[in-house]
Amino acid sequence: MFGPLIGRPGSSKKNKTGSWRTGKKPKFLKKNCIACRMCVLFCPEGCISGKEKNTFDCNYAYCKGCGICASICPKKDIDMVDEGEKI
Amino acid sequence: MINTAQEKEEHLFLSGHTACAGCGQSMAARLVIDAAGPNTIVVNNTGCLEVFSTKYPETAWGVPWIHSLFENAGAVSSGVEVALRYLGKKDTINVIAQAGDGGTADIGLQALSGMWERGHDILSICYDNEAYENTGVQRSGLTPFKANTTTTPIGKESFGNPRPKKPMPEIARAHGLPYVATASVAYPLDIQKKVKKALSIKGPKYLQIHVPCPLGWRHESNLTFEIAKLAVETGLYPIIEYENGKLTNVRKIKGDVKVEEYLKLQGRFKHLLTSPEQLKLIQDIADNNILVYGLKLEQVQQEGGK
Amino acid sequence: MRKFLEGSEAIAEIIKLCKPAVISAYPITPQTHIVENLATMVSNGELSAQFVNVESEHSAASVVLGSSATGVRVYTATSSQGLFLMAEVVFNIAGMRLPVVMTCANRAISGPINIWNDQQDSISLRDSGWLQLFAENLQEAVDFHLLAYKIAEDKKFMLPVMVCMDGFILTHGVETVDIPSETDVNKFLPVYDAPYKLDINKPLSLGCLADPDYYMETRFAIQKTFDEILDEMPKITKEFEDIFGRSYGNLIEEYKTKDADKVIVALGSVCGTIKDVVDEARKKGQKWGVLKIMSYRPFPKELIFKALRDIPRVAVVDKAVSLGSLAPLYSEIKALFANRKKSPKTISSFILGLGGRDISKDSIKEIFRKLSVKELDGEFIDLKPELLTGGAL
Repeated sequence: MFGPLIGRPGSSKKNKTGSWRTGKKPKFLKKNCIACRMCVLFCPEGCISGKEKNTFDCNYAYCKGCGICASICPKKDIDMVDEGEKI
Repeated sequence: MINTAQEKEEHLFLSGHTACAGCGQSMAARLVIDAAGPNTIVVNNTGCLEVFSTKYPETAWGVPWIHSLFENAGAVSSGVEVALRYLGKKDTINVIAQAGDGGTADIGLQALSGMWERGHDILSICYDNEAYENTGVQRSGLTPFKANTTTTPIGKESFGNPRPKKPMPEIARAHGLPYVATASVAYPLDIQKKVKKALSIKGPKYLQIHVPCPLGWRHESNLTFEIAKLAVETGLYPIIEYENGKLTNVRKIKGDVKVEEYLKLQGRFKHLLTSPEQLKLIQDIADNNILVYGLKLEQVQQEGGK
Repeated sequence: MRKFLEGSEAIAEIIKLCKPAVISAYPITPQTHIVENLATMVSNGELSAQFVNVESEHSAASVVLGSSATGVRVYTATSSQGLFLMAEVVFNIAGMRLPVVMTCANRAISGPINIWNDQQDSISLRDSGWLQLFAENLQEAVDFHLLAYKIAEDKKFMLPVMVCMDGFILTHGVETVDIPSETDVNKFLPVYDAPYKLDINKPLSLGCLADPDYYMETRFAIQKTFDEILDEMPKITKEFEDIFGRSYGNLIEEYKTKDADKVIVALGSVCGTIKDVVDEARKKGQKWGVLKIMSYRPFPKELIFKALRDIPRVAVVDKAVSLGSLAPLYSEIKALFANRKKSPKTISSFILGLGGRDISKDSIKEIFRKLSVKELDGEFIDLKPELLTGGAL
């Protein structure tokens, strides 16, 4: 029997939305980070993680490049840089 | 009870969903479910959130989740809740019924009203992005006054949506709900606090969360937070809590931010910026909210009085 | 135990024995007595179910959808406009493969508003993916609810079932009916064990979006399941017979058709009237018969073909219409004989009993009389021509 269409938990992770980025991606400078976790809370993709100061990073496989993390970081410790830039 | 998804993942709403970049609703949905925890069943109306989170064979949800139709989350969640009651599991499992503004205030209102009136132990959440964004930005009952949408386009005879937002929190309050609140994605910890508080209260609860939509509101994707914050700071989106019908808490604002600051960042309001009369109509709404809900910080009010 | 009961009371009795966990309904004539009786049983503590009084049929169907998805047995009942208001949920329940069981007390559709019986409501939702079982009498209506849960909750099938019983005629008529014992019902119906459900220990997403890569197969799968149900029907009805003593075979009944030269095909309570006419005619030497279709969905095509292929004159009676085309049951029967070597000489269509218009023995005799060389493709029986003359006002 095919159907009902049931989704298994977390299966969306197969879908690498990082390919959506057009032009810019966030760069976590890891200099002035105070581990306030704002970037984690605000990331629409839920793809930013980290624990201690200056350890936060995003998973580029999913980051769509919206730029919210860079715009809300109170320490300006995240930059939006060109997609080609090595990180 | 331990949820296996929770052990492996930091969130209960995961990456790989197909929301637009900068989507306020996807942020809010994650904040809500992370706060509610793994012992939660989610019932979702049709809408953006449903479409971008559960395109078969993928799902972004780490909790049991069900979608049936556009307007019936109120009733489907009632069915889930009574089944849990029958099974003797209601005390250990939360039920959340969630929808967008159209699914809540328009097409889904009847089922929601029935669910509230029957007193089911369910938290209803409205992700208010102020239009039918999923179908291409048509006007809903929660679209703000004067907004330019695809079904309230501006023109020689029109400045956009001719009606103010339907007062959903008041409608919820009139049902005698023990807890009614608004929140904004600009204040994530407040959302999480309210979800936890709501779930600690037995009976029907309503939480309406303001979630900017870069596509429909026509703003840059990195401005989601900024715009949500300005909606609150101008007084256009009051953040309030009603407990047992009484206004018990409001998020105070300085009251020094004019609505223009909020409107000018969004394409849907661009046509208002050149018209002082139109801007005044919007400012009147904000001023009225500030007055009615007592939004201004007292200190600032005194200063203003000098 | 044999009891003398009103139809709705008997349905409530059998539903009580099926022990649904959740019942939800919205009042509509002529369904009301069924749910009123169930509400009383819940109030008295005779039935341990959650009874949810909702604000519309749309929500009644949605509540049982939600409960069924949480893994418990459910029941709802409706009629006419109520079924139409449920329509999108009805399709949704089938597409989500949830074993909901519903009674439809068949009633005409507005406008003009009319509370009396015909079968337009169920027939209009024939494409929804629900089984539709039509009862001739109260005993069948009672028994079909047992079959309904048995088939719906079978892990191989997982499809909803609508038991259709003619409004007032069966819901409000009083008949002697055998209500089975609780022991026998328990033997026939095991406790529902859902193969998928909303469960915090196994968090699945139900009701996902299907894009063009997946949608067609969901429909094909339901179609295939219907075929499988038809294949397994004799086994299911045999198990039923072994426990309850009544035989339903393949859910069609060939009544005096073997040597018949004229046969009427019909659904529901009208079959009783036709049988009476047939019995009287047989005494006079007229070889008439009835083919009763109990399972309208799945539609037992081959069985109907075999039952009718050697009958010279066939009449199909519909208590519903497909305005602008052939009557619904008729068009399906007619289609069975396209490009077949064997076929009745004529298959004629008659529409009767709409909006509760009384169907008398004379109505049926008229149909038999009209079966001749000419094939009729939609004769309305018992029309009042005097109402049809004159202008709009």
